[in-house]
Amino acid sequence: MTATLFGNLAIFLLSLLVGFEVISKIPSTLHTPMMSGANAIHGVVVVGAIVTASVADSTAGYLLTLVAGALAAANVCGGYVVTDRMLKMFTRPEPTRTGATEAGDVAP
Amino acid sequence: MSTLAFVTGLVYLVAATLFVVGLHLMRAPSTARRGNLVSAGGMITAVVTTVVFALITSGGDPKGWLALVLGLGAGGTWGVLRARSVKMTDIPQLVSVFNAVGGGAAVAIAFAAFLQHPSGASLDPNTSIPVVLDVLIGSVTFSGSLIAAGKLQGTIPGQPLTFPGSRLVNVLVVLLALGVGVLTLLSTGNVVLLVVVLVAALAFGVLMVLPIGGADAPVVVSLLNALTGLAVAMAGFAIDNQVMIIAGALVGAAGTILTLQMAKAMNRSVGAIILGGFGTSDNKSPASVEGADLTNVREVTADDLAIQLAYAQHVVIVPGFGLAAAQAQHEVAELAKLLTDHGVDVKYAIHPVAGRMPGHMNVLLAEANVPYTQMLEIEAANAAFDTCDVALVVGANDVTNPLARESGNAVSGMPILDVDHAKAVVVLKRSMSPGYAGIPNPLFTDPKTGMFFADAKKGLADTIVAVKEYVTA
Repeated sequence: MTATLFGNLAIFLLSLLVGFEVISKIPSTLHTPMMSGANAIHGVVVVGAIVTASVADSTAGYLLTLVAGALAAANVCGGYVVTDRMLKMFTRPEPTRTGATEAGDVAP
Repeated sequence: MSTLAFVTGLVYLVAATLFVVGLHLMRAPSTARRGNLVSAGGMITAVVTTVVFALITSGGDPKGWLALVLGLGAGGTWGVLRARSVKMTDIPQLVSVFNAVGGGAAVAIAFAAFLQHPSGASLDPNTSIPVVLDVLIGSVTFSGSLIAAGKLQGTIPGQPLTFPGSRLVNVLVVLLALGVGVLTLLSTGNVVLLVVVLVAALAFGVLMVLPIGGADAPVVVSLLNALTGLAVAMAGFAIDNQVMIIAGALVGAAGTILTLQMAKAMNRSVGAIILGGFGTSDNKSPASVEGADLTNVREVTADDLAIQLAYAQHVVIVPGFGLAAAQAQHEVAELAKLLTDHGVDVKYAIHPVAGRMPGHMNVLLAEANVPYTQMLEIEAANAAFDTCDVALVVGANDVTNPLARESGNAVSGMPILDVDHAKAVVVLKRSMSPGYAGIPNPLFTDPKTGMFFADAKKGLADTIVAVKEYVTA
């Protein structure tokens, strides 16, 4: 086992733990946008497509770059846009807050 | 480590921080949008850094860059167009398709990394192990997510699809995928073996999701979301890219928690869902029970409902799956606005699983301009029923079933909305057909309940017309 692999494994494990901690309790109101938001973050696979492009030197390499690029771009662009569309509706200016209980902010 | 690699690594850490902060902000409705934008900022940072690093270090082959630009252009355009045009009721299947393409991209990256290996030499386990894991997980999420999207869209029947011996076939396919995966690791870079792993894992993805009922599909989509994150992390290991490892692991963990919370809100266990336990779906035929027990039903019309609403002080609306299916969120919001302007206090009681998946109803109502402060979660809603004059149930069923308080039936123990505590209840529903749980709902035959049989959209539109008669007269 090389030092690089060990470093990467440590990063992986700690990121998993951070992920568990940061998402401990989500109001059910936000389950759908949250899923969509996490979905957009795995669009980071587009970074891998760029790296693949930079080392491609064969027909198979170009084709795989094309496929990876197209799929990853659909994931990352579509993911952020649709999440933003959903969340934009949650944060619209509200006419009045009088008399309304702050149900959305109360932990269930 | 060169200075360039060091700087790239540092900027990756900035991007990773933005992902974590973004996810954290997404926990509350008021900061959620900012959270998503922060996360997008992290993504742009990571992408720009990677491009600069790759251009400086390798320069690369122009054909590779051309292929990338073509791919990014096509995929990005398609993704944005779909994201902008999708109806809010169809969000779950779009997320599922995005899971599929993310997993597919991770698999393509793994194959590219595998082919970089000089033929004849034994494989470097630092690369080959993540490559095989990436192909296994990524392929399962690719095919599984497409099937789940098809089920949600209705192009694939929502009923659990099984055949005799399907469990055995599943086990054999998994063993084949794992076995050939190990053979690939021991080989000297034989790409044919990796293709066999790909095909077997794709088949398993299909076999895993087909037996799952349509109503459970959203939980599966969330699970596949987590798996896609792990596939991306594996791709990160394969090409030694830290930002992919971090972001992939974050999504893997966040998606797992979300899956567990969703399953809990739906009163189901993840294990039971994956094994296809319940055996029902949201597409079942109501014919067998329709008209079965109409003797104790008091039927009301749009006009009756309008009078009740117009003279009420407190109204609680209970939107359910029927409202989402009929896309009647704009009508219900218009009715509520009409009543609010007339001085009636209107609130929405949102059950955690109302709509197609947890939180979906909130999105639909938000689309129709309903402020989230009017949406009550289950506990606040149940307090509101005790003082409300009219509870209007639109296309909801099991989540209002008082039988949940008793033991020994399909909904026992499920958290429900106490609609039967309201002074009067009107249920707008197409028929007496039972919901997902497949049992009758005594609320519908309660003497204080009026049944208004209509499609949610049509029924609400008629009610709006009728209410206008009373509030403007």
